[in-house]
Amino acid sequence: MSMQVLFGQLLVGLINGSFYALLALGFAIIFGLLGIINVAQGTFYMIGAFSAWMLLNYAGIGYWPALVLSPLITALIGMAVERALISRIYKLDHIYGLLLTYGLMMFIMGTFIFFYATAGRPYPVPADLLGGYNLGFMFLPKYRAWVVVVSIALCVATWFVIEKTPVGRNLRAATENPMLTRAFGINVPALLTFGFGLGVALAGLAGVLAGPIYTVSPLMGGELVIVVFAIVVVGGMQSIFGAVVTGLSFGVLEGLTKVVYPKGSNLVIFIVMFIVLLVKPAGLFGQEK
Amino acid sequence: MTTSAPAQTDVSATRSRVPQYVMYGVGLAVLLAAPFFVYPLFLAKVLCYCLFACAFNLLLGSVGLLSFGHAAFFGSAAYVAGHALKEWGLPFELAALIGTGAAGLLGFVFGYVSIRRQGLYFAMITLALAQMVYFLAFQLPFTHAEDGLTAIPRGKVLGLFDLNDLYVLYYTTAAVFVAGYILISRITNSTFGQILKAIRENQPRMISLGYRVNTYKLVAFVLSAALAGLAGATKTMVVQLASTVDVHWATSGDVILMALLGGVGTLFGPVVGAGIVEMLQFYLADSGLPIQMVIGAIFIVCILVFRRGIVGELQRLRGG
Amino acid sequence: MADAPSLALRDLQAFYGDSHVLHGVSLDVSAGEVVTIIGRNGAGKTTTLRSIMGMVERRTGSIMVAGQEVIAAAPEKIARLGVGYVPEERGIYATLDVTENLMLPRRLNHRGMSLEAIYKLFPNLYERRHSQGTRLSGGEQQMLAVARVLRTGASLFLLDEPTEGLAPVIVQQIGAAIELMKSEGHTILLVEQNFRFAKKIADRHYVMERGRIIDMAPRADIERRDAQIQQYLGI
Repeated sequence: MSMQVLFGQLLVGLINGSFYALLALGFAIIFGLLGIINVAQGTFYMIGAFSAWMLLNYAGIGYWPALVLSPLITALIGMAVERALISRIYKLDHIYGLLLTYGLMMFIMGTFIFFYATAGRPYPVPADLLGGYNLGFMFLPKYRAWVVVVSIALCVATWFVIEKTPVGRNLRAATENPMLTRAFGINVPALLTFGFGLGVALAGLAGVLAGPIYTVSPLMGGELVIVVFAIVVVGGMQSIFGAVVTGLSFGVLEGLTKVVYPKGSNLVIFIVMFIVLLVKPAGLFGQEK
Repeated sequence: MTTSAPAQTDVSATRSRVPQYVMYGVGLAVLLAAPFFVYPLFLAKVLCYCLFACAFNLLLGSVGLLSFGHAAFFGSAAYVAGHALKEWGLPFELAALIGTGAAGLLGFVFGYVSIRRQGLYFAMITLALAQMVYFLAFQLPFTHAEDGLTAIPRGKVLGLFDLNDLYVLYYTTAAVFVAGYILISRITNSTFGQILKAIRENQPRMISLGYRVNTYKLVAFVLSAALAGLAGATKTMVVQLASTVDVHWATSGDVILMALLGGVGTLFGPVVGAGIVEMLQFYLADSGLPIQMVIGAIFIVCILVFRRGIVGELQRLRGG
Repeated sequence: MADAPSLALRDLQAFYGDSHVLHGVSLDVSAGEVVTIIGRNGAGKTTTLRSIMGMVERRTGSIMVAGQEVIAAAPEKIARLGVGYVPEERGIYATLDVTENLMLPRRLNHRGMSLEAIYKLFPNLYERRHSQGTRLSGGEQQMLAVARVLRTGASLFLLDEPTEGLAPVIVQQIGAAIELMKSEGHTILLVEQNFRFAKKIADRHYVMERGRIIDMAPRADIERRDAQIQQYLGI
């Protein structure tokens, strides 16, 4: 086992872990605030990637503006969906929320397949991020380093917004006690819409980052959300820290397994989840009510 | 978190104007006559999915647990039975038995870890576990990865009747379906089923009364998994194929839709739902419309405005 | 608008699911008054306050706050009309620290107390300002619950059992805070089981039983009717 291979796979693992972390973070925010399992989280990841592709191919708008525009577009679509569909079922058992977002995922995926078929479309690495660094024990492509750095920066920024700003304070209050928070004059329904938009924007951003690495296709993100499920079951949904750390760890774990026992790399995450469930049913960081 | 979906109704409720046994008599007659009007192979396949949906609904309707990975049981039994039929040359009854047993065993293992969490967590865990099975299907030698198990021989049933005769095939499948349906109906209306319902309605109370709720839930889970396996094994015999589609998450989603569309709170609903979804897939196969779009749209409509499902709404109109 | 009551309830009915909790509650609170609702447990006092705040699913009848009909209004709208709510369970957020708990309720105008003034009134809160909200003692949490609505500039305050389970020393502090609010001309509707406390500060008392107002006693009559009121309270 050469150093190159090991670190190469670790990098891939870190990148996947970054995407897992971003998706899990958005997912946890949505679940905490709305109580909804957003099965369509992977679909919004796809929407983020596709909108970047569309911006480039239809409007000539490149990667750097897309980094801002695509998450925005994703957020707008998400907020529209929350207002039109999801908000209608808050009063019901939350299992219906899961089923609704599953239906949403299928419908959106199907619509994209209808217009764009399933083949992957390439999205170029931005010129500024071509090439890489030779570190001796491995070659580090600039773009991939960028992805990891941006993802972690986004997670930190999200943490900052939630923990240190008035909006974040309102979000936390609405998560803990929505009715009382309304009694303090805060428009919680609007906050829920915003929260959903924020949660899916994180997924959309991950999609833009993923574009140049994986091809852009309507099938993107379908299997990703199942990993997100495993992450929140293991890491607990109570803390941003838990979601992000578990997401990154799972990515790295996958990467390592690919080196040691490639056939097991798909399975290792779920095996870990299985073991955690046996040993610590409430998850590693969480306390479930 | 228990669902507030309507609990499965007592089949022997005497409030209905038309006695239950007349309804079942009509149903049986339709079942017996159907292959003379509709292609028996298609009907047999649909019946397998009807049983699958009913088995799934045993868990959701009675216990209120939404399993998002039931394809794992359906598909693993499909593979095991397929292997038994093809590689070991076993007769259908034995292959079905082994498939059912395998699914039940898997159900025990998965159920054991999933039952510890409630509601949404439970659903997520079942999906993640099923995904494991999906990946295994690509890697285990006996499943032949993307190709799946093909050209599976049907053999004979009871050592006498050749299952390649489409009428024999159909009636055997119908018999399996009816047996499974009766079993599910009996379980739902038994004391065991009442206890499950009570657990679903007020678990803390049942715990305080001394019931070992997790044991009850696990038993229900295993039964549901085993019967789903029976459906999968039979399906393998009917279509002579077991593939990764059988263990894919979309199949898990499909069976949820079948139960939802037909009526989660009813015994017969899933049968109707399965029939509709299978027909949809058949007719849409050649159209340009991706099946995901249609399935997704139906899901959304059902959740928003049609949660009782077809049979559920019919029951409500009848005042039942 | 000076003559219109700050708060007027007419035939308020409230339901929790199928449970019919309020059976036609009518009462008035004029601007600057301190009015209490007294009664036994389960009489519907808390439900009345929650209904005013828009926190009860089904309510019919009429609730007028500052001259506006709010029977069908959302809680945030009602709060923004200048209503400050101190719930029975205090409602201190575990995921917020003391300062954040204080800053959470939306500031409506500049008439509310400044943060400095609040910390002066409740020095304990200043000391614990970075503690997690639920790490405070019961008394401190109650002070926090009262303090945070003082900051908003609300003019009508709904206080639900502010002295429940508190040591006499804290009860005094709460009493002082309420006296301060009264002296500033604010309107207060108070639910209190502790009649000795209520007696001292209220202008009028409504007696509630099983979802209905059954009596009303102005301050002047309290001494004379003491025995009757004790009977109402089941003491």
